[in-house]
Amino acid sequence: MLKTFLIGIKDLRLAFRDRAALTFMLAAPFVLTLGLGLVTGRFSGNANTGITNIPVIIVNLDDEQLGDALANVFTTEELAELVEPTFSEDAEAARLLVDEDQTAAAIIIPAGFTQSVIPSQDSFAAGNVELQQNIQIEVYANPSRPTSAGIIKSIVDEFMSRVEEGRVSGQTSILQMILTGRITPQQAEQAGLEMGERLQNSPDTDALAITLNSTTADGEAAQFDILAYLAPGMALMFLMYTVSYGGRSILAEKTQGTLPRLLVTPTNSTQILGGKVFGIFLTGAAQMLILIGATTLFFQLKWGDGIGVVVLVLAAVFGATGWGMLITALARTPAQVGSIGTAIMLIFGIMGGSFISLDQLPPFVQTIAKITPNAWALDGFTTLGLGGTLTDLSAPITALLSMGMILFLASVLLFGKKNLVQK
Amino acid sequence: MTSILQVQNLSKNYGEFTAVKGITFDIKQGEIFSLLGPNGAGKTTTISMLSTLYAPTSGDAIVDGHSVTKDPMGVRNVIGVVPQDLALYEDLTARENLIFWGQMYGLSGQPLKNRVDEVLGQIGLMDKAKDRVKTYSGGMKRRVNIGVGLLHKPKVLFMDEPTVGIDPQSRRAILDTVKDLNKQGMTVLYTTHYMEEAEELSNRVGIIDHGDLIAIGTQKELTQQVGETETLILHISENDDPAALATAFKGIKEVLEANVINHEISVITPSAKDVLASVVSKANERGIKIHSIDIREPNLEAVFLHLTGRALRD
Ligand SMILES: Nc1ncnc2c1ncn2[C@@H]1O[C@H](COP(=O)(O)OP(=O)(O)OP(=O)(O)O)[C@@H](O)[C@H]1O
Ligand SMILES: [Mg+2]
Repeated sequence: MLKTFLIGIKDLRLAFRDRAALTFMLAAPFVLTLGLGLVTGRFSGNANTGITNIPVIIVNLDDEQLGDALANVFTTEELAELVEPTFSEDAEAARLLVDEDQTAAAIIIPAGFTQSVIPSQDSFAAGNVELQQNIQIEVYANPSRPTSAGIIKSIVDEFMSRVEEGRVSGQTSILQMILTGRITPQQAEQAGLEMGERLQNSPDTDALAITLNSTTADGEAAQFDILAYLAPGMALMFLMYTVSYGGRSILAEKTQGTLPRLLVTPTNSTQILGGKVFGIFLTGAAQMLILIGATTLFFQLKWGDGIGVVVLVLAAVFGATGWGMLITALARTPAQVGSIGTAIMLIFGIMGGSFISLDQLPPFVQTIAKITPNAWALDGFTTLGLGGTLTDLSAPITALLSMGMILFLASVLLFGKKNLVQK
Repeated sequence: MTSILQVQNLSKNYGEFTAVKGITFDIKQGEIFSLLGPNGAGKTTTISMLSTLYAPTSGDAIVDGHSVTKDPMGVRNVIGVVPQDLALYEDLTARENLIFWGQMYGLSGQPLKNRVDEVLGQIGLMDKAKDRVKTYSGGMKRRVNIGVGLLHKPKVLFMDEPTVGIDPQSRRAILDTVKDLNKQGMTVLYTTHYMEEAEELSNRVGIIDHGDLIAIGTQKELTQQVGETETLILHISENDDPAALATAFKGIKEVLEANVINHEISVITPSAKDVLASVVSKANERGIKIHSIDIREPNLEAVFLHLTGRALRD
């Protein structure tokens, strides 16, 4: 037991002395969180991107709630520095201005855009709500100004994702209420319009921070910081790096001769393997806690309930360590662990929602994503970010612990067939 | 003297290949015993079985009363192992390495600290103890590698070619350390393919070749097997062909063996002064200039040559 502990501490120390490992464990997730935070405008309130007065031309052919809301986004205080919008009625002329490099992008809001998003009374009556064609907003970008055009595009994308959020939740709940006979189609249209107005009126203080409005039981909207999603997403992705790094060190100790040397000391192989696993666990937990501390300190990010965060971190690291062991048990050389580990890190990162919110992925991916510690843990961190506590985490924690347990058993069986002694 | 290590018919197969072929020998308490043999002779395989890393295919060995097959933990407590290849954590300092390995031998607290200081002094690395091992020279790493094997004051120390690939100064230091340890009462099993090391260090030598222990005894006993012989070592120019000359030497009546070792020709004969003239004239016939000739008393090299017909070093 003591030796297991000592071997784990030794591995923790070695990991934190390895520059390359530190880059991946701490620097990469931190910098990526920062970068994604900038892209999504989390810091736009005070961060200066160095780009100002991007010319953009807006053609609003919709002239209803949503079209106006989008046009208004570009005239808000926050964007006054960043963009310089002009308005036009002529889509062709606007495109021409882009082609002539007069402006960075043209935003064309087609007629009927609002209608396509917020269903009217007629369409509800006809029962074809789900058949609604979604009319696309066009961002006609200037290829010679990729950065500026990219910023304009991301502003529109953000707006759209907010509309999308509102539409999906609004539509399903309205539909449900109609189906259960709680409201009439007439009332439904009213509700839809209100939703549109909410969107239109909201671009006030934090127009650009994506806020997921999750309505709690008593109808109060809890604000959710987008970084509370990005930061754990990145941390969890690079947690997968750490566990494969730890796994690789098991095979590396074999090739560098320290494992055989351990085996001729009065230490049995269970203690040694246990120590290695404990080392992976310790390193992963240290990594997560440092990242949580750093993002709290530097980004004023609120991770939520402290006990919940710690327990969730431990469960997530446990589940991830299981994967690290499985990779190690399957690989033959340290280099193989490295490459399989990197592949799994990226795949799990994408499937587990580190880059794209899981909700936006196809349903079958959402199902497969359940094998990743990332998806479960991210789910837990989102719950905590929205104000949940440990008691709300029973599903992700149970899943992560069972995952770890099953993977450990599998890798122990596989390790049994593997000769850790001979080169 | 009582024996502390008894090797009984020990064998090891790697698949079809037999690396160690049923060797039997004893090591007495307090002696330095050398296993001398060329590359691939089975030295490391033997040490690996004696240190309980590999299970023997057959046979057994008893170390201080513990069987390597039946009581490996008992064996591990009384042995120290210095592996042929460095086995250290390069990102830890020398002191941290020693502390970690000491902990694996069950040491802790103040006794561990004291012992680590002692060992650092012994291997002469006190002033470098705070540097990471990866910043060390090859010779310094070797010394740390040895230090790890000494921490728990083992009764028997296994050293597998501890001087391979280092500068003469470090080698000197290591050989002196081995002698010191032995003076303090440690029994040492030392493997090498350097005849000089075996000659300098050992009370007794076992010669191992192709997995067989082909001779065992004190240096004197072994050299007597070769009979009353002397060895001439001829140094010739790089450009000349030593093999042809060696073959020519075999034609001389008094020459027992003539072999090429590292561009030198070694000639074994009952009497050096009797063959000297013929050797020189053979060289002259071929227009080969002899730079120098050494005459040596019978040595382990000659014994190996005598037993196998091959040179110890290739
Ligand atoms: N794990 C292994 N699998 C298969 N063959 C092996 C293995 N280890 C060693 N051998 C073979 O067994 C023989 C003895 O090897 P061993 O390492 O014991 O020799 P050695 O005397 O220590 O040589 P060296 O002086 O080169 O260290 C060699 O022919 C080697 O190729
Ligand atoms: Mg060897």
